Amino acid sequence: MSKLTPVLSAHWDEPDSFTIAGYKRHGGYGAVTKALEMKPDEIIQLVKDSGLRGRGGAGFPTGNKWGFIPQGDNKEHYFVVNADESEPGTCKDTPLLMANPHVLIEGVIIGSYAIRANYAFIYIRGEVTHVVRRVQQAIEDAYAAGLLGKNILGKGFDLELVLHVGAGAYICGEETALLDSLEGFRGQPRLRPPFPAIAGLYAKPTVVNNVESVASVPAIINNGVAWFTSLGTEKSKGFTLYSLSGHVNHPGQFEAPLGITLRELLEIAGGVRDGHKLKFWTPGGSSTPIFTDAHLDTPLDYEGVAAAGSMLGTKALQIFDETTCVVRAVLRWTEFYKHESCGKCTPCREGTWWMVQVLRDLDAGKGSEADLDKLLDLCDNIMGRSFCALADGAASPIISSLKYFRQEYLDHLSAGECPFDPMAATLFETTGVK
Amino acid sequence: MAYTSDQISVMDSIIARYPRKRSAIMPLLHYTQSIDGYITNEAIELIGEKLELATAEVNAVSSFYTQYKTKPVGEYHVGICTNTLCAVMGGDLIFDSVKEHLEIENDGVTSDGKVSVEHIECNAACDYAPVVMVNWEFYDNQTVQSVKDLVDSARAGNPPAPTRGPKTLRTWKQNSAVLAGISDGLANEGVQAGDATLLGLKKAKGGA
Repeated sequence: MSKLTPVLSAHWDEPDSFTIAGYKRHGGYGAVTKALEMKPDEIIQLVKDSGLRGRGGAGFPTGNKWGFIPQGDNKEHYFVVNADESEPGTCKDTPLLMANPHVLIEGVIIGSYAIRANYAFIYIRGEVTHVVRRVQQAIEDAYAAGLLGKNILGKGFDLELVLHVGAGAYICGEETALLDSLEGFRGQPRLRPPFPAIAGLYAKPTVVNNVESVASVPAIINNGVAWFTSLGTEKSKGFTLYSLSGHVNHPGQFEAPLGITLRELLEIAGGVRDGHKLKFWTPGGSSTPIFTDAHLDTPLDYEGVAAAGSMLGTKALQIFDETTCVVRAVLRWTEFYKHESCGKCTPCREGTWWMVQVLRDLDAGKGSEADLDKLLDLCDNIMGRSFCALADGAASPIISSLKYFRQEYLDHLSAGECPFDPMAATLFETTGVK
Repeated sequence: MAYTSDQISVMDSIIARYPRKRSAIMPLLHYTQSIDGYITNEAIELIGEKLELATAEVNAVSSFYTQYKTKPVGEYHVGICTNTLCAVMGGDLIFDSVKEHLEIENDGVTSDGKVSVEHIECNAACDYAPVVMVNWEFYDNQTVQSVKDLVDSARAGNPPAPTRGPKTLRTWKQNSAVLAGISDGLANEGVQAGDATLLGLKKAKGGA
């Protein structure tokens, strides 16, 4: 009955799922043995054929990214994992790494072998100490088991893997900012081209992949392309982790084929908070334009969400019911983008600052209707005008909320204050609190 | 304070992890923070010396990242998520109530030096909202009362264990060393996953 397809999450309910013994019990590291018998180009082709697309937000085909690495160029190549999960609402890589870091390491070995890299890095955000412990321990255990280091499994392939811990900068989730950060600079995006495949880490050919993308590779090697492509939709193949949070009765992680709908996921998650109804939601984090209850049946794959005017992003489904003030929500996201703008590009640095000023007034019921147009004008002036997509992300909640909830902004102005009671939106009893 | 020769050799081992030594700047900052509690001028100078960088270059990196602190924080540094989802689910109320309870402002430290508070951005645990981090360990599904109790017991030297983390909450300095890539041997402690993480799997297996 259930459409769910646990693959990455299949053994997370075993208390030692994060250990090398727990991983090997279910065939873990079997894909490495298989992959090291193959030619690197065969692996790249296999990942291309699987149709696996980046699970970090952009949805770029993983195999193509690997295929862009020039071969026979006598340069070092680097394989870098983006574990800097920070997009508001996104909470899939962090529990994955806590429950099973070895599946990522296995993917790293396979990916590095495919692109002929002998040095790999996992760049993880710094605000998750216990996940850092788990990944560090897993790397040490993989070295001890001969799965990392010199002459892996006696197959003549060498790989050093280093865990690099960030220090609290959302922008480092952008791949070129991540590389600058890893090189020891402030994490600021680079102008492209050149793309990392040509000039990445230390100006050498580099692949940067999201955790979930890399972790999906061992299952593809083990079960084959036909199995993977039998899941999902025409152009969005396979399974993925959907994260439900907010005003739902049972938030959590749900691994399902691409193309499942929010209606189906909500049914599994016990629906929107009892006695309330869906107001708005993000399909893939705060940088993806919001949806409403009109989009419950939108297929959650790359094409389906795009056709409905948003992006699949990280599949971070943040659910808000009718008690939530959309202006407050958008203000908060905008404050986040202002805070996280790295300051390199003027439109983003200045534009997000002005957006916050205007939104603070609107949220407080001050300002005028002309401010709504001013906001849209600001969005127009910062989108597509910076090195990276942070400003585009900042514009998304503003433009989409004005599209669906313009009247709510006006209601703030006519009331002279926010017409919502924030206590009604909290998840815990607030009577007598404070 | 001057760094000991043991500490200097740890720094050298951190530098040795990387193909190019400048890459070691972030773990070195985490490491000196584990010794000093924050980023001191002495640390900046030493890292500059080690990596052959001007202190201005080290400062430029250190000041870019919010986890590197310019002044001492509490032994237990409490981060309350006030990004949209957690804020709406109760994070705003928790943040205001805890500041009032401790009589400190954002980025403030209690007079006994035990607890500091800052509001933080999304910490990748939205299915456990409202989320609070202490020394960057997860405290899931918090309420105003639970966080007041948490900070009170932390001040009394007896903080509760993280929801998903080691059996005992470690101090700010101890956890900073983990972020520098220095193992404390506690990876095997704590749950492999919380209930929300496992919900989809449970449903797939036909569970209620």
